[in-house]
Amino acid sequence: MTWTEIDTWIVVTGALISMACAVPGVFLLLNKQSMLGDAISHAVLPGIAIAFLVTGTREPLPMFLGAVIAGLFTGVLTEVIHRRGRVESGAALGVVFCSLFALGLVLIRLAADRVDLDPGCVLYGAIETAVVDVNPVPQIAWLSGGMLAVNFLLAGMFYKELRISAFDPALSTACGIPARWMQHGLTVVTAMTTVVAFESVGSILVIAMLIVPGATALLLSPRLSVVLGLAMAVAAFSAVAGHVAAISVIPAALAKLTGFAALGAVSSAGMMAVLSGLTFFLVLATVRLAQRRPQ
Amino acid sequence: MKPWPNFPGGEVRSAEMETFWRLISLQDHNTRIVLAGACALGAAAGLVGTFLLLRKRSLLGDTLGHATLPGVAAAFLVAEALGYAGKSLPVLLVGAALSGVTGMAAVILIRKFSHIKDDAALAIVLSVFFGAGVTLVTAVQQLPGGNAAGLDHFIYGKTASMTTSDAMVIFGASLAVAVMCVAFFKEFALLCFDEGFAGAAGWPVRLLDVVLMTLVVVVTVVGLQAVGLLLVVALLVIPPAAARFWSDRLGVMAVAAAGIGLLSAALGVAASALFPRLPAGAVIVLCAAVFFAISMIFGARRGVLVRSYGERQGMVRLRREHLLRAIYECAEELSSPEQAVSVSQLLAKRPWKRNALRREIEHAAEAGLATAAVDGGDVQLTGRGVAEARRLVRNHRLWELYLLHHAEVAPARIDRDADLIEHVLDPKIVDELEALLDSGRRETFVPGNPEKLPT
Repeated sequence: MTWTEIDTWIVVTGALISMACAVPGVFLLLNKQSMLGDAISHAVLPGIAIAFLVTGTREPLPMFLGAVIAGLFTGVLTEVIHRRGRVESGAALGVVFCSLFALGLVLIRLAADRVDLDPGCVLYGAIETAVVDVNPVPQIAWLSGGMLAVNFLLAGMFYKELRISAFDPALSTACGIPARWMQHGLTVVTAMTTVVAFESVGSILVIAMLIVPGATALLLSPRLSVVLGLAMAVAAFSAVAGHVAAISVIPAALAKLTGFAALGAVSSAGMMAVLSGLTFFLVLATVRLAQRRPQ
Repeated sequence: MKPWPNFPGGEVRSAEMETFWRLISLQDHNTRIVLAGACALGAAAGLVGTFLLLRKRSLLGDTLGHATLPGVAAAFLVAEALGYAGKSLPVLLVGAALSGVTGMAAVILIRKFSHIKDDAALAIVLSVFFGAGVTLVTAVQQLPGGNAAGLDHFIYGKTASMTTSDAMVIFGASLAVAVMCVAFFKEFALLCFDEGFAGAAGWPVRLLDVVLMTLVVVVTVVGLQAVGLLLVVALLVIPPAAARFWSDRLGVMAVAAAGIGLLSAALGVAASALFPRLPAGAVIVLCAAVFFAISMIFGARRGVLVRSYGERQGMVRLRREHLLRAIYECAEELSSPEQAVSVSQLLAKRPWKRNALRREIEHAAEAGLATAAVDGGDVQLTGRGVAEARRLVRNHRLWELYLLHHAEVAPARIDRDADLIEHVLDPKIVDELEALLDSGRRETFVPGNPEKLPT
């Protein structure tokens, strides 16, 4: 394996965006809204498509706005269906994101003459091609770093409010911190982060970056500040290790397995998700074994 | 072939009319195939989805669908490595099913061995497995002759280009799933509504759960390669959620869900046959979404309109009861229940607004329960009003006594809106309470028994 400047940027961008995702992810986990990441990452598709149809350009800002509005719309619509229709919240989420994603697919197909939007690139993402514009820093790295800074800042500013609304929504509302508005704010931040992460890792793997580091950290500590720190550490580790595995270990292993010696690097984003999953299951096993021993 | 009937006054047959006619009369072999396959899948998914919804596991299908991807890619790789053609459908389906089951096992494992919540477990398995899938797909794409075109269909589906054998597979699997659902209907119902009781009564709960999961796996895997991930998930979630608004009975709901799934599939296929640019899978989902919206608003059982009407009726009744009781109690304090009371006395009785009170008095007068003097003067109960008010006051006071003496509830928490005590309490206790109410032992804040009801 040869390490180039591109590899460095892949690792840096991957680590930055994973860490940026891990921060809202922890609060999603605590609010029992883990699947919201899944829903938002599907539901932003019509937002992007409509933003394109309205403005006719692929400028990042309208796309970004469209996606964030679609994300917020998902959150609000799910809540309306859950509350007014008394539909179980998971099912309500499923109804909303499936419908919106389908709407997005139809819009993209209808606008196919004018649009060069490939649903595939939204779904998979390709961090390898996202960082090629190195001069001197790829745009996506800037964006990811910026998103991390914004999320970190917001979490710091609203730490107390986020914590109380996550652990005791009723008390929080009674204290004058409306838990519902905190949730909407979290939805907006998640949507923004998801959109930034799209380009590098794709819509499904964003879920891994949002949820898995936080879940791993929650296995290890009951303190929120420690959980946030651990989650970011796990995120950074799985990004780095994921890319290294994607360009070295996995192709070699697969080549040996299949007998095709010429196998090149596999998807780095995919391996980042796998590595975070491996970390999670490893920590789960270790924690369980450690709990059993003292008896 | 029937000729297209001529419209009066015009012999022009437009190309669109032609297409439409071909569609309606099912002349196209291809349309027939796609229609049959999609409808069968829609019905089967609706049926299974009903049980998933009631077990609060709607999104399990989503996780399962994504978790099949690494299996598909790995099966392809293994088959190629062993020297077989990787793209054979049975091989890929077996791979998909195996990895789907592994995903389910992982979800159960996380649920069992950690305090991680259900939804988080689903999200973790979904994304990590999909990550493994994406990784393996990028490897498959590099194999000589292994361009992943066939694997792509597992994500997006290819509804419009379904082959006869695809449709046959879907049809057979859907039929099997439907038969299983009917055969295990009672057991699944028990599982959905009272899992603990089912276990205590000796039913093999774990096994039944596995059977249900297997049905979900079958529907998902079969549906995936024919119509794509999005559509399978949507058909598992949306039709049952829509059917829930129409009935509280499981059987009715299951049939309704299957019907909605079937109808959405039929409409979606028809629409995409008429407008070939529309992707069939997405249109089917949108049709289901429209059905959901209609059901949520107009649903006969839990629809928003029906429920808000019921809530309104309840509020109207409650306000009238408040008024009658207040008039009765005021009049009782003065002398007899037939006594006229002034509005200012009533205002002191409850925290209500003057205008709201006046409106309520007018309503009561219209209903013939009270007579109101003009311009907010005195209010007097009619004979019917006195009888009704007496019943309400009696019930209320009995409730208060019951809560004080029998339920160990703090007096501060006694509800002032109690109603219909006879329906809730034992007649023996009601008699006992009546005696208490008549005796002098009552508490100061519970006034005396207005009158016993004729027994």
